[in-house]
Amino acid sequence: MATTRQLHINGLVYATDADPEASLLFVLRDHLDLTGTKYGCGEGQCGACTVLIDGKARRSCITRLGDVAQKQITTIEGLAKGDQLHPVQQAFLDEGAMQCAYCTSGMIMTAVSLVNAKADLTAAEISRSMEGNVCRCGTYTRIVAAIQKAARVMQESR
Amino acid sequence: MSTERDFPAGLEPERYELTAPPRYRFEVDRREFFKFLGAGILIVSVWKGAHGQESGSDKAARGESLPKEIGAWLHIGEDGTVTAYTGKAELGQNIRTSLSQAVSEELHVHIDRVRMVMGDTKLTPYDRGTFGSRTTPEMNLRLRQVASAARDILVGMAATQWQVDRNRLAAADGKITDSGSKRSVEYAALVKGKELTETLPAEDPLTPATQWSVAGRSVPKVDGRDFVTGKHRYPSDQKLDGMLHGKVLRPPSFGATLSTLATSEAEKLPGVIVVHDGDFVGVAAPSTEIASRALATIRAEWKSQPQISNKELFEYLKKNPVAGAGPLESAFNYEAGSIEKAVASADHHLQQTYTVNYIAHAPLEPRAAMAEWSGDNLTVWTGTQRPFGVRTELAEAFRMPEDRVRVLMPDTGSGYGGKHTGETAIEAARLARTAKRPVKVFWTREEEFSWAYFRPAGVIDISSAMRKDGTIVGWEFHNYNSGAAGIRTFYEIENQRIQYHPSRTVLRQGSYRALAATANHFVRESFMDELAHLAKMDPLEFRLKNLKNDRLRTAFEAGAKKFGWGRAKTSESQGFGMGGGFEKGDNLATFAEVAVDRKSGDVRVVRLLTAFECGAIVNPDHLRNQVEGGNVMAMGGALFEAIEFQNGQIMNGRFSDYRLPRFSDVPVLETVLLDRPDLPSAGAGEGSLVGVAPAIANALFDATGVRLRSLPLVPNGLKVS
Repeated sequence: MATTRQLHINGLVYATDADPEASLLFVLRDHLDLTGTKYGCGEGQCGACTVLIDGKARRSCITRLGDVAQKQITTIEGLAKGDQLHPVQQAFLDEGAMQCAYCTSGMIMTAVSLVNAKADLTAAEISRSMEGNVCRCGTYTRIVAAIQKAARVMQESR
Repeated sequence: MSTERDFPAGLEPERYELTAPPRYRFEVDRREFFKFLGAGILIVSVWKGAHGQESGSDKAARGESLPKEIGAWLHIGEDGTVTAYTGKAELGQNIRTSLSQAVSEELHVHIDRVRMVMGDTKLTPYDRGTFGSRTTPEMNLRLRQVASAARDILVGMAATQWQVDRNRLAAADGKITDSGSKRSVEYAALVKGKELTETLPAEDPLTPATQWSVAGRSVPKVDGRDFVTGKHRYPSDQKLDGMLHGKVLRPPSFGATLSTLATSEAEKLPGVIVVHDGDFVGVAAPSTEIASRALATIRAEWKSQPQISNKELFEYLKKNPVAGAGPLESAFNYEAGSIEKAVASADHHLQQTYTVNYIAHAPLEPRAAMAEWSGDNLTVWTGTQRPFGVRTELAEAFRMPEDRVRVLMPDTGSGYGGKHTGETAIEAARLARTAKRPVKVFWTREEEFSWAYFRPAGVIDISSAMRKDGTIVGWEFHNYNSGAAGIRTFYEIENQRIQYHPSRTVLRQGSYRALAATANHFVRESFMDELAHLAKMDPLEFRLKNLKNDRLRTAFEAGAKKFGWGRAKTSESQGFGMGGGFEKGDNLATFAEVAVDRKSGDVRVVRLLTAFECGAIVNPDHLRNQVEGGNVMAMGGALFEAIEFQNGQIMNGRFSDYRLPRFSDVPVLETVLLDRPDLPSAGAGEGSLVGVAPAIANALFDATGVRLRSLPLVPNGLKVS
């Protein structure tokens, strides 16, 4: 029988008795009802399931639950501070960087990790770093623009 | 009358060109409305024109029944909230926004007060589905008319209340104001305590596009915040108390039948329910992970049939016509003048064969549905472009009347024509019936690749006769299987023979964004390029010589100007090309610049420019977004997307094997919007795809002298020695 373990997500502690071999993605979605993190491919190829683990973008679909106990997990639900959107979230809205928006959570989480690591980002650098995220609706140029904008905003407020 | 059921099994052609009327039209009781809407006024609009019925639909509602041919309805509640109801569905086209703009515009109320209820078979009027770029030309107009009528009624109510001439009254910002006495009253106050129903008497005057204040502007996605915070619940995110997660056992190949089955191991797992009903075998469990584990323990043997594989595909399609093609297919056939005479009199003749592979929609959200039974009534939340069609599928699968089935469509993670069907709805409902609890079925990516359907593959034979001066005199075009959308040429050609030949399909096929228009434009516009070279003419000049349509000429000319058509190459690897056309009411021309590394075979699309005209523009930013997105999506099918299959199995059905356009594939994208406020608005979700493949193919020819006649063009690059 699986034991109960604690997960640190968005500053809160969650308890789950899911199998340590289970993917973090399905624990988030099925057990904890944090459905903002999306399933797209199950093999770490599309980025829809991206979350931050200790601040770094990780594919939750190929991350074992057993590997993330004691680590700080941030999902899309934990990004805004109250009503105040994260600059990356705001920039996606401002640039209209979505259509169906199913990829948006993963795009934003990957982008947050990117802008946190580096302030000055060229469009080419952003494209390269985002290569693992798929937007089937094809809004890539808008996403690049949004990330550049967010990076600028964050740099100015530093 | 043709309905979708008249087509041979497996063939789902041009759905959006079908007019499939509802099988039943139930009485609508006006009292029912106010029960769930609350007091206020309700304005009902009746389909006209193409959907018009003979049965005097213009008559105002009398008694308790509303007309049956309802297109949309709109309710203004006592708190001033305006709710518009439409059977259309939101999958990322941003029609929730554009339709809200339409209501806001005509009702003179702030867009924040407008709420759209969409794609719910209980609450919204019947709708054939969200496809064929029909939302903007039909539903946008319909809602504008309803909203305009509502405003008119409110003005009348205020005039009666104040006993003044209605011409003194004006509606603005959710209020009626009397210019004489300066008094004003809010819509909310006017409708208080009322239960008033109005049916649209006739076409109502609309605000011309030149005077639009809300429509025509770049209003942001209405509920965008819910999407950037992860709050929005897609079909796959739905949850009910006690819900189980379902998985279905798949055969090893298409058409395989079950011969033996052992499920005892699965049944031993805690909380697992196994359902076996004919060839359907599925499990429901407290979590996806337990359901997967349970499924893996099931032992089954299947009987498979040998099937056609990739390499035999095109030959097979040509040799296997569907006998007795229906009237719908032949409706696209076209004959003018005499091909034989044209051939005899021409100076140049050219004949070629082009091919197009099956490709996958690959919506980022795979199919998902959650089903719940309550007694004999079934409710399903699912991502579909045809909520009413899925209701019919469910009613048929469970042999129950449609009025006991309700299908709801939460805004969905895209479809691109790939979500017309209700597979997961049926699977979830079947599992839920046995489980006696709600069940959600959410396909894996591999399931989506194998058990959904594909854009049809096809073979196109084309031949043409031309005079020395570049005048095309004969045009013969035969499309085998890929479809009839966009099959007719818009060039002025005296002698034509155009035929669509449906074939027995190898893979399950169906609608796809722009569907066959992509294949037909690819061939037509590539071949125009071939002819231009034969005539030793510039491809643009050659097109314009054979083209009269002003709107299309304007698109080509505007695009060419902005692109800088005709400028010299700056390197040997560079190539320029164009492709354009007319599709779903859109006139467009796409221009491509490519770079080919002849040694490594590496192909890059450097720049893609599309000049686009779709009548009066409803939302410029969202239109731009659609055109850019359509261009990017079309690049996948143009350059590298193709389904590989062998003996009834998909061989590349996962993202690590099936290449999709990614960030690094995206060229510099430019969109030239040509606004025509004097023309009705057309939909724009599909037209932007059709110019991309020929523009790139023609640019690759320009760069290398190699003519590519199969989609995808360069799945393995393009090495030129």
